[in-house]
Amino acid sequence: MEINYWNKDVETASREDIQAIQLSRLREVVDFALKTDHYKRLLPKAGINSSSDIQTLDDLKKIPFTMKDDLRQNYPTGLLALEFKDVVRMHSSSGTTGIPTVIYLSKDDLDSWTNLVARSIVATGGSSDDIFQNMMSYGLFTGGLGLHYGAERVGMMVIPIGGGNTGKQIQMMKDFQTTSLHITPSYLLHIHSKLAQSGVSLEELNLKRAFIGAEPHSEETRQKLEELFGIKCFNSYGLSEMNGPGVAFECEYRDGMHIWEDGFIPEIIDPETGEVLPDGELGELVLTNLTRKAMPILRYRTRDLAYLYDGVCRCGRQHRRLSRIKGRTDDMMIINGVNVFPSQIEEVIMRIPEVGTNYQIYLTKKGAIDQLTVKVELYSKIFSGEASQLDQIKKRIKEELRASIFIHPQVQLHEPGYLPVFEGKAIRVVDQRDQM
Amino acid sequence: MKITQISIFLENRKGRLSEVIDVLGNSSINVRALTVAETENFGVLRMVVDNPTKAIETLKDNGFVANTTDVIAVEVADEPGALASLLKVIDAGGLNVEYMYGFVERKVDRAMMIFRFDDTHKAADILAASGVKVVGESDIENI
Repeated sequence: MEINYWNKDVETASREDIQAIQLSRLREVVDFALKTDHYKRLLPKAGINSSSDIQTLDDLKKIPFTMKDDLRQNYPTGLLALEFKDVVRMHSSSGTTGIPTVIYLSKDDLDSWTNLVARSIVATGGSSDDIFQNMMSYGLFTGGLGLHYGAERVGMMVIPIGGGNTGKQIQMMKDFQTTSLHITPSYLLHIHSKLAQSGVSLEELNLKRAFIGAEPHSEETRQKLEELFGIKCFNSYGLSEMNGPGVAFECEYRDGMHIWEDGFIPEIIDPETGEVLPDGELGELVLTNLTRKAMPILRYRTRDLAYLYDGVCRCGRQHRRLSRIKGRTDDMMIINGVNVFPSQIEEVIMRIPEVGTNYQIYLTKKGAIDQLTVKVELYSKIFSGEASQLDQIKKRIKEELRASIFIHPQVQLHEPGYLPVFEGKAIRVVDQRDQM
Repeated sequence: MKITQISIFLENRKGRLSEVIDVLGNSSINVRALTVAETENFGVLRMVVDNPTKAIETLKDNGFVANTTDVIAVEVADEPGALASLLKVIDAGGLNVEYMYGFVERKVDRAMMIFRFDDTHKAADILAASGVKVVGESDIENI
């Protein structure tokens, strides 16, 4: 396979060279951090008064973690290192759960980010030959605009349609012979279920690849998507605190996401103790942004659970790989004392061909006992007409779930289209236990 | 001689049954017989209609999960003991009934029973050989 690079020197740099870049950029970014109200207060207490207190990469451990709550408390400008006149873009969270968090980018910051996204796209085999339909929402959310500018920089023809309006999405995919999509896995599944109704067949489309991200999903989901559409699906990882998409991306070999270590220092920690864990061990991902000057963020606790692994990938890149996100430290469910991640339930559902791809998890209480109900939709083409077939499907899902998560669930079969469809991040878990 | 039954997967939701019937009614499809097999959160609606091909098309176009099942329709006299003697024939033939339901035609004083057997072909042969009146698609259409 011919491997394309966007910036070959950096992408194929040796570990030593990558670490040298990291150290020099870390020192630079620490100096910018010391210009912000927040880090001006915090870093001197940790013995860091200037970049000269960072002599090796190991000195990173002296820097205290930055939490989501620090961003909220410093709203709107407590983490700003430059003046507004040097800022060219801001992004913000919706703030639906409280005070929003805001991110600032200078012209150079935007340029570095866009280059990382362009590098990610080229690593998947994307090029100026491609037609790119961006189905992530635009606006304050970083997902839409991040990929938009990266794809433009690569020279793709960009269709900035944003999320939603499935009929129009399908029409444009056909009319412009779209090759590449940026989309959430749940919305891509939904589009498949609507293809038949829209009167457009897969053969009339020219899809080659999809960049999927913004919500946790299982390997089984990716495989199902690849089979349904006959395309390659590339996992994408990013978060607005670290600019947005383009933090880590899969290359053509689709064996874990390369985390761009010239742009970020990744660490995996034990979420309870804060201790840094070795490669291969599952824990909370902590990221330091090495290029953003307008708003430096050091050792940010992402709350995403994953592990890092080393080793040269067949693509020649030595940037370590980030595993699939296994869940979030805050979306773990405790059901009758057992820890369960929604992703474990999704894995089971995706293995069962008789049910569709949309599902929902309900948690309720019966007396003191937690009850888990999994709602799935029947895949319409498999229905034989016999009630006994449906009972068997239910039984199989129950048994496989019990074997996987050690909890006896209730399973409800629904007609296709009954469960809510999400065009952005899917809400898979409804916890009603505190209302009972 | 077998006929086509329509089976529809329905979740337990208010008004869902009448939506099926409305959709069929709007397409001028006449329901001859129907029964529901239900469990806690879903049911399977089984029905015999005058035009099964059109019915299945209409249902699928309207987003229902539906399929066809082969069943056998048998005519029995609408009088005491008629069904009992039919069941004796079925027993004697070693046939397995998975489910059955019936309806009465007032105009002609006869009843129609719908049977789902585990082996439709064998059942059709045995019933015909025993002199039972097995009803075909065209008879259903013309009721």
